[in-house]
Amino acid sequence: MKYRTLFALTTSVALAGCGLNSVPTAEENAKAKWADVENYYQRRADLIPNLVSTVKAAGAQEKAILVEVTNARASASQVKVSGGDLTDPAKMQAYERAQAGVTLSLQRLQEAYPELKSQGNYATLMSQLEGTENRISTARGDYNAAVQSYNTTIRTFPDAIGAKIFYGAKPIVPFKATTPGAEAAPAVNFGNGS
Amino acid sequence: MRLFQMMMAAVVAVLIGTAPAAAQTYPKFTGLVVDAANVLPPATEADLTAKLQALQRDTKRQVVVATIPDLQGRELVEYGVGLGRAWGVGLKDVDNGAILFIAPNEPAGRRGPRLEVGRGLEPFLTDAFSSVMIRGAMLPKLRQSNDIPGALEAGTDAIIAQLRASPEEQKARLDAAAAEFDRTHKTARSGGGGFPVGLIVFGFIAAFVLLSFGRRSSGRRYASRGGDSGLMPVILWGIANEIGNQASRGNWGGGGSGWGGGGSGGSDSGGWGGSDFSGGGGGDFGGGGASGDW
Repeated sequence: MKYRTLFALTTSVALAGCGLNSVPTAEENAKAKWADVENYYQRRADLIPNLVSTVKAAGAQEKAILVEVTNARASASQVKVSGGDLTDPAKMQAYERAQAGVTLSLQRLQEAYPELKSQGNYATLMSQLEGTENRISTARGDYNAAVQSYNTTIRTFPDAIGAKIFYGAKPIVPFKATTPGAEAAPAVNFGNGS
Repeated sequence: MRLFQMMMAAVVAVLIGTAPAAAQTYPKFTGLVVDAANVLPPATEADLTAKLQALQRDTKRQVVVATIPDLQGRELVEYGVGLGRAWGVGLKDVDNGAILFIAPNEPAGRRGPRLEVGRGLEPFLTDAFSSVMIRGAMLPKLRQSNDIPGALEAGTDAIIAQLRASPEEQKARLDAAAAEFDRTHKTARSGGGGFPVGLIVFGFIAAFVLLSFGRRSSGRRYASRGGDSGLMPVILWGIANEIGNQASRGNWGGGGSGWGGGGSGGSDSGGWGGSDFSGGGGGDFGGGGASGDW
């Protein structure tokens, strides 16, 4: 009798101690934070058609950049990452690249039409876009903090025991802001061709 | 005995592992107007405080005006989100706080102003509204005559007008959050703060189990006294785990507040809707709002 009670007590404490609860809690937290990141990227994608039509209405000279923005938006919306893909570095990298492509094309759009900055409609749209970029960077920071906490949980004693035995937990990939070619210096071009 | 030593080592390891990370420094949240850069005349400060206090009393929304002496090399947005979370402006879960701040000592173009909007106020103080308000009401004053008090007055008036004109749709949720704030901030004072309750409960259970074992084993001749020493590490494990949990909970901040709202500043008379400064309520910020480029 004594040993049975002792066994029950030991097991329950040991199970709670080795991450039966803390591992899923940390994982769900990271997934929720990822949902925020995706949400704000979606919001940005929703703003882009308005922006494009505003620029067109203002009599855009250079259509190539508008096409580029539209294409980048379309290809970014093809790349989806579900909660289960967060541990897959290849998928995460594809997502990061696609979104970075949109960021880059938007920057080039802004640079191409400096004269639009003073127009009310365009300025308001740009402030919304800028606010969305700010939210994206905040959400990315929060996601990375949640990922760090999850990865630490599943790799440190005693939670690592439960993470390995019950969940087979793999580390989640943090969000790295990878602009394509960000490590190379940008080529500056003073308006002679594109 | 060797097992016991190992357990003690585990306790120490858990405690060290969850030591709180070094905090970034922000000015102290002393009132609804925090003039840390010391650029506001007392009359302006009193006037703004009265207006913002009335806003919080009537709408339960918390707006803070701040002047920041040093952004510590960070971007306006990054600093604003960090500041809002550190102060916990707005109520927890409804996140109905906003901060209008300016950093007059930074180089030109990086001085703001910035309106940092809590998640719950984003539908009312939209990015577009914030941007139009800053460009229309604040930047002209700043550009023409470096009139910081005037710009902050104009901006605050615009924000207050906007917030008073757009009532909360989820009134019940807001009232519940305000009541929760009043309740927790009264009990926190008498509770003595932060002692792990779970530890006490666990201690009681452990003592009870120990006692029952002791009584039983004394009745049987073949029961060795080794039972106690076998149980001891288990209990210590539990206690260590509990301490670890408490420490890490404090570190992460409970639930939605993210950084554990810094809301113990004010006096507790009157609570959230009262006439005294209430401190922060643990509201969260997500980067909404807009900046100027004065």
